[in-house]
Amino acid sequence: MASVELKNLTKSFGKTEVLHGIDLVVENGEFIVFVGPSGCGKSTTLRLLAGLEEATSGDILIGGQVVNNLEPKERNIAMVFQNYAIYPHMSVRKNIGFGLRTSKLSKADREKRIDEVAEILSMTELLERRPVQLSGGQRQRVAIGRAMVRDPSVFLFDEPLSNLDAQLRTQMRLEIKKLHQDVGTTIIFVTHDQVEAMTLADRIVIMKDGHIQQVGTPSEVYQHPKNIFVAQFIGAPSMNMLTGKLLKTGVQIDNGPMLKFLPTNKTQNSGNITIGIRPNALTLAADGDEVLFEGKITIVEPLGAEALIYVDLGYANVIAHVPGYTPPKTGEMVKLTAPQEEIHFFDTETGLTLKQD
Amino acid sequence: MSRTKFKASQASLGRGSTYAYKNSLKPASVIRWTLLFMGGILMIMPIIYLLSTSFKWPHEIYNLQIIPDEPTLDNYVYVLEDGRFFTWFGNSAIVAICTTISSVIFDSLVGYTLCKFEFKGKTFVFIAILSTLMIPTEMLIIPWYTMAVDFGWINSYWGIMFPGMMTAFGTFLMKQFFESVPDEFLEAARIDGLNEFQIWWSVAMPLVTPALSALAIFVFLGNWTAFIWPLIVTNDPVLYTLPVGLTTFSVEQSVEWELIMTGAALATIPTLVVFLVFQRYIIRGVVMTGLKG
Repeated sequence: MASVELKNLTKSFGKTEVLHGIDLVVENGEFIVFVGPSGCGKSTTLRLLAGLEEATSGDILIGGQVVNNLEPKERNIAMVFQNYAIYPHMSVRKNIGFGLRTSKLSKADREKRIDEVAEILSMTELLERRPVQLSGGQRQRVAIGRAMVRDPSVFLFDEPLSNLDAQLRTQMRLEIKKLHQDVGTTIIFVTHDQVEAMTLADRIVIMKDGHIQQVGTPSEVYQHPKNIFVAQFIGAPSMNMLTGKLLKTGVQIDNGPMLKFLPTNKTQNSGNITIGIRPNALTLAADGDEVLFEGKITIVEPLGAEALIYVDLGYANVIAHVPGYTPPKTGEMVKLTAPQEEIHFFDTETGLTLKQD
Repeated sequence: MSRTKFKASQASLGRGSTYAYKNSLKPASVIRWTLLFMGGILMIMPIIYLLSTSFKWPHEIYNLQIIPDEPTLDNYVYVLEDGRFFTWFGNSAIVAICTTISSVIFDSLVGYTLCKFEFKGKTFVFIAILSTLMIPTEMLIIPWYTMAVDFGWINSYWGIMFPGMMTAFGTFLMKQFFESVPDEFLEAARIDGLNEFQIWWSVAMPLVTPALSALAIFVFLGNWTAFIWPLIVTNDPVLYTLPVGLTTFSVEQSVEWELIMTGAALATIPTLVVFLVFQRYIIRGVVMTGLKG
């Protein structure tokens, strides 16, 4: 186990800077997930950590030691790649043991270590097979086994579940989480899937255009997004966003109603405001509830116990969660409400939250 | 059998047979098969005549009939009993095997470097190597000969082999095949602590087995059948390769075609063996790696 620290890390390819001064501290044994859209710099950050790319400036520390000038093999890290990178010409046993070739262990100790890892990953009976004889999930486990066998200080995962189908992805997600609980090694995991990020991470690092947007626990980034990007990126379906003007008595939605809510922090506001409400906070108004919006249902998406309804308000479209057993029908007029504490306010110009911490 | 009856009997064999029958009657298909057949005959006729002549007596060799009137094995006995044949055969084997090993190693090393590493002047080096493909061998013979004289390589194995020990074609072929090896494989090995040479040898090379097999076949056949350069660089019959040695059957009073053809027939055996052995590896390589070349 080791801590990881990035200090003002930048990376340029030619004249294009793709990482603009990343600062981050990952604690010993922490499970950190980098998440963001394609091209946000999350994989580049991981490759810099692995030593597969050279940092343009800034420091990378693993276990308190600056590793910028160390070769990948000297950093005591292990990496699992998106396409598994398991060698098709070697058996599972040889693939898992590949990382031990350069170790000083005796052959017997190496074999013992391979068997231990195979047992942890429930792969003992597959050790003599070739990768071509394995399913996607089994190949992924071999890749993880190869990383585990060296007992590294830090595990790096680069979108390891992207090539799996939905069911297998859920299963492997649980296995990776269990693995972390069992071995306790620091894990840095890159994904573009926010569900993966939310379910796996101790803390999530949300990136966009080479900048860190927010670092926090899954509930922090979900409940207290720092800006519009984070608010919309985390959570599925995305947070409903409505633009308007901040007045003394409330928010005047553009071409819509006046909402009598005010942000807790008005100091940064330029006057243009965006309010955000998560679909699961927006529900059908019961008698006596304060009605925020009224509109016509355009689409109903049943999800089983609940359903999503797409509502045309006339001036905007919103998505709301409703109970799934007797959902309203397409074309019906509905009244929607949301608790005040579930309404997020953002400065439209800067995109920053107007909620006080 | 009438057409209707034939169709009915084909139908009883199942749908596939009927379909194959219908398909084979298409004019395009008939033309295709006819052209292929003619091409096949054109390719195989010289070999048939070579084999046929090797079983003929000297007085029969200008008779174009394929099956000799009085077939004989005397030519084979003569050639195999002549000690020179095995010397030339051995020389050809040494030259072809050494150049094949050398070419497979150096072509793939250069191809791998040009494919997987970034360095200044990489494109220039690649273009320079490729451009040598445009120079005909005949034009290179004089500089090769000058080099061989300067280095004292005339009448030596090294002299016969050095032009073929690394090829531009092989470098290009290997570079293209290494493109299909995902960088992640190499990066994973780098993280696992292997040095660059170990990565090339243990990870990259096994993944391009089909290309290595193809290259080995090309280089082996090219050097096994090479004639002009070995003829120029050697004048000691003990160092002759098989193609050069066989010509000595024609330098005395007359051309002994039956002996030349017998020697040539025997000389094709190793090439057939090499092709059959490596063809198996090509197929296995493709199946094993699942990589496209």
